[in-house]
Amino acid sequence: MKYVDEYRDGEKAKPLVEAIHQAVTRPWSIMEVCGGQTHSLARFGIESLLPPAVSLIHGPGCPVCVTPVAILDQALALAARPEVIFCSFGDMLRVPGSCQDLFQVKAQGGDIRIVHSPLDALALAERHPERQVVFFAVGFETTAPANALAAHLAKRRGLRNFSLLAAQVRVPPALAFILESPDARVDAFLAAGHVCAVMGLAEYQPLAQKYQVPIVVTAFEPLDLLQGILMVVRQLEAGRAEVENQYARLVRPEGNARAQALMREVFQIVPRTWRGIGTLPESGLGLRPAYADFDAEIRFGLKGVGGVESSRCLAGQVLLGRLKPTKCPAFGMECTPEHPLGAPMVSAEGACSAHHRYQPASSNPLLPAASAR
Amino acid sequence: MCLGVPGELLERLEGDPPLGRVAFGRIVKEVCLAFVPEVRVGEYVLVHAGTALEVMDEAEAAELLQTLARLDGDLP
Repeated sequence: MKYVDEYRDGEKAKPLVEAIHQAVTRPWSIMEVCGGQTHSLARFGIESLLPPAVSLIHGPGCPVCVTPVAILDQALALAARPEVIFCSFGDMLRVPGSCQDLFQVKAQGGDIRIVHSPLDALALAERHPERQVVFFAVGFETTAPANALAAHLAKRRGLRNFSLLAAQVRVPPALAFILESPDARVDAFLAAGHVCAVMGLAEYQPLAQKYQVPIVVTAFEPLDLLQGILMVVRQLEAGRAEVENQYARLVRPEGNARAQALMREVFQIVPRTWRGIGTLPESGLGLRPAYADFDAEIRFGLKGVGGVESSRCLAGQVLLGRLKPTKCPAFGMECTPEHPLGAPMVSAEGACSAHHRYQPASSNPLLPAASAR
Repeated sequence: MCLGVPGELLERLEGDPPLGRVAFGRIVKEVCLAFVPEVRVGEYVLVHAGTALEVMDEAEAAELLQTLARLDGDLP
């Protein structure tokens, strides 16, 4: 496939790997923000190609992982109501709430539909005027435009049976929180490519300046990730702290203005609780008062519903880069993708799931010669 | 979750918001073009959650591959 295959060429990876080895003189910790990047790094065994001085820390960019138990419990309560068709992306269905998950509610008769787009949920609402259709609006800024569009169209078309259970999150406040934490050990970030395709680079300049960290917006294929790492270590070694864009084939510095305008019309910035981390100010998007009729939390009176998370899951430590997934006492023992204790073991983008699926890497599928180094 | 897949716009369809038929390899799907209304048939878009988020910049893509090639030439 064009724009995919050419960035998986093992021969082209060799000079990048060599250049990274030549550039690095000191230990550096680099956090990849997005769970899609975590998945790709594990899948292609990229960590095994890097100098031992470079550590990759997996960031909190997995919306499935950070959606708080309280909102999951609201989702479970909604999905069990007989008048509701509850629509969600598939990877939310196995995430444990405080008592059960959405698959269990479905097994008990809840009408839960897996959709690929909030616009599919909107179409269901138009086809079923006698039912209430709720879309589980999780995700980062990448997903927010589609969710905003669904709410905007529902309002314009006068639909009275469509609403969003909003759990949208924003990346920049999470990065600031990680950098502010007393045991911060992140020297640089690979920023999330698709989030920046929507939002552009402007929100990241103040972070790079204030905390003196290089931030390189990076795509998801192995050559992209290696180039992003090279750009980051060159900045670190030169003492620079700038925002650079590795993903220039997609990400414009200003982002997508149309998507941002619709997001601003529908959503406002709100505090949001992140699973395992806590409540971060300005880290979420909630529906504006003008869209209150499409807010499932208001429509179904769900404020205050929701429980607490399992203390056996150390997801918060993993999501902040303080604990490697494989160092968690539950990893692969009482916590597996089949029986997850916490969300990072559920999603393919979760750091625990990625490690469980792809490690130990006995050989590197991308570059066997270099991995034998 | 933020997975995005590049695909080629084959055809624009009537609709509000505008839609298009987009090919991902041999799979063809209908995609919402509300955020990239200027996209032309034959261009590639990055699709996430049923919507095209941005148009791929062919020149920038070529530039990256040239940078990688130059890197190869720089090394002993």
